[in-house]
Amino acid sequence: MTDATLGEAPAKRGLWRFVRRNPTLVFGALTLGAMSLVALIAPWITGDPLLMQPLQRLRPPSDTHLLGTDHLGRDVFARTVHGARISLTVGLTVAALAVATGLVVGLLTGYFKWVEAIVMRLLDGLMAIPAILLAIALVALTGASVFVVIIAIAIPEAPRVVRLVRAVVFSVRERPYVEAAIAGGAPTWKILVRHILPPCIPPLIVQATYICASAILVESALSFLGAGVPPELPTWGNMISGSRLFVSIAPWTVFWPGLALALVVLAVNLVGDGLRDRLDPRIARRM
Amino acid sequence: MAAFIIRRLFSTILVMAIVGVLVFLLVHLSPGDPAAIIAGDNATPAQIDQIRQRLGLDDPLPVQFVRWFGGVVQGDLGVSIFSGEPVSRLIAQRVEPTAALALTTLILAVILAIAAGVLAAWSAGGFLDRALMGASVLAFSVPVFVVGYALVYVFAIKLQWLPVQGYRPIANGLGEWARHLILPSIALGLAYVALIARITRTAMLDVMSEDYIRTARAKGVATRPVLLKHALKNAGVPIVTVIGIGVALLIGGVVITETVFNIPGMGRLVVDAITKRDYPIIQGVVLVFSGVYVIVNLLVDIVYTVIDPRIRY
Repeated sequence: MTDATLGEAPAKRGLWRFVRRNPTLVFGALTLGAMSLVALIAPWITGDPLLMQPLQRLRPPSDTHLLGTDHLGRDVFARTVHGARISLTVGLTVAALAVATGLVVGLLTGYFKWVEAIVMRLLDGLMAIPAILLAIALVALTGASVFVVIIAIAIPEAPRVVRLVRAVVFSVRERPYVEAAIAGGAPTWKILVRHILPPCIPPLIVQATYICASAILVESALSFLGAGVPPELPTWGNMISGSRLFVSIAPWTVFWPGLALALVVLAVNLVGDGLRDRLDPRIARRM
Repeated sequence: MAAFIIRRLFSTILVMAIVGVLVFLLVHLSPGDPAAIIAGDNATPAQIDQIRQRLGLDDPLPVQFVRWFGGVVQGDLGVSIFSGEPVSRLIAQRVEPTAALALTTLILAVILAIAAGVLAAWSAGGFLDRALMGASVLAFSVPVFVVGYALVYVFAIKLQWLPVQGYRPIANGLGEWARHLILPSIALGLAYVALIARITRTAMLDVMSEDYIRTARAKGVATRPVLLKHALKNAGVPIVTVIGIGVALLIGGVVITETVFNIPGMGRLVVDAITKRDYPIIQGVVLVFSGVYVIVNLLVDIVYTVIDPRIRY
């Protein structure tokens, strides 16, 4: 450490130390923050993502079209930026939904033995169906909308949360402080909320980021396969699907949405890894 | 051992029965009317009623389920709405490309991933470890179809080393068959390799901090036997577990890969059925893939007892 940094305010030094110790967490969070901001202000920084200009088809990147145009003459930059909206909305909503339902079901089945048998067999069946196939079937049979896509992706994710919560509940259920609370006559809901819930939170936060990453990937796959959100909405998956026949003459139509998709999932995964290293004591000990 | 396998077999059958119920309910609780879908857009209400009666769609759900599941157990998955062909025959025609793609990817990915995981654990904290684990996060984050088109662009369009798309049956010659599978296998296997490599590294690190490894090193056993004989063998259980769980990832990836590379397998079959709302095909393919996944995980449980004789259920 040099004299200059020693002279700086302690708070600033603390921040710098945090950045140096958690490079992946900070890089992931900054990338994700930047992309969320761009998604929020998308309508003000780009043109109309749906506007077709038949005379401007498959133009390479230029001053008027920063990232070129696709086979219908739509602006690739505008569509890529707007695509972030769907991906991030789906990713965050699925993570919240899957964690919330998984948490409630996990706490109840972990604590009350009588609900356990039926629910767990049902979840075993649900987990035996590969996630993308289950989502495809749900969307194909109920029709395409953002809401259906979110539900279809959340359903296969929730059982994994239930498993995680139950594992934590089992490990704390017999602890002396829980037994003491029961002996002291505390109501069941209070034991669940005050004593069983808190140790579930750190692993759940980590799990939520991985679910978010997986949900963004599944959403893009569904859009790509034609089983996703309505085709008129610009998403990275249906941009790539629509442009795939032109990849040899207009590679930019596939490259930019692909890069955006990879970058956002990478950022979420890095945040997940960073949080896991900080929050999961078992791993942290070994570092 | 025999008792364990029988018990495990029984629970596998139970899980498949529940999958059957879920797949059945999927169609029957979704808002669309199957009879209206079969009849098509121009059908009169009378025609729809006729179809509903012929298929017994007015019967109570449990009756319909027993009738449908009874057929499924005997290998009857219904007929395609669009072509009228039996779904089981349509699936049988598509098995070879899918099995070829999935199996070659599985075998190559497992070998590569375990090698990478052991190397990373051996050099833990060093440059090789960081490079391998960094690459694995990246591989885990790029979707199958993005990797697929990137590979096609570089190796098929620009360099023209490999075919852009398509599949050649293995009966028509091993060389062309393999050439057509290289790019799809890489695209499909990348995320799977990353998943297994990460778990292998973690499992190896767990084992390598144990006393018997230190003893082996102290008495002068060379690095390679310590890694491969002492450590890897005992890190086997979590690795085999993730190989089994990861098969779900592989199955999802197969559906996408077949679309990218235009491979006429079961994945294409189900994707083509989406737009036509050909629900017997969707049901059939979901059931078959789930069955494969459940059986793979049954085998994984049996393998446990072989790698680690201490495990008794």
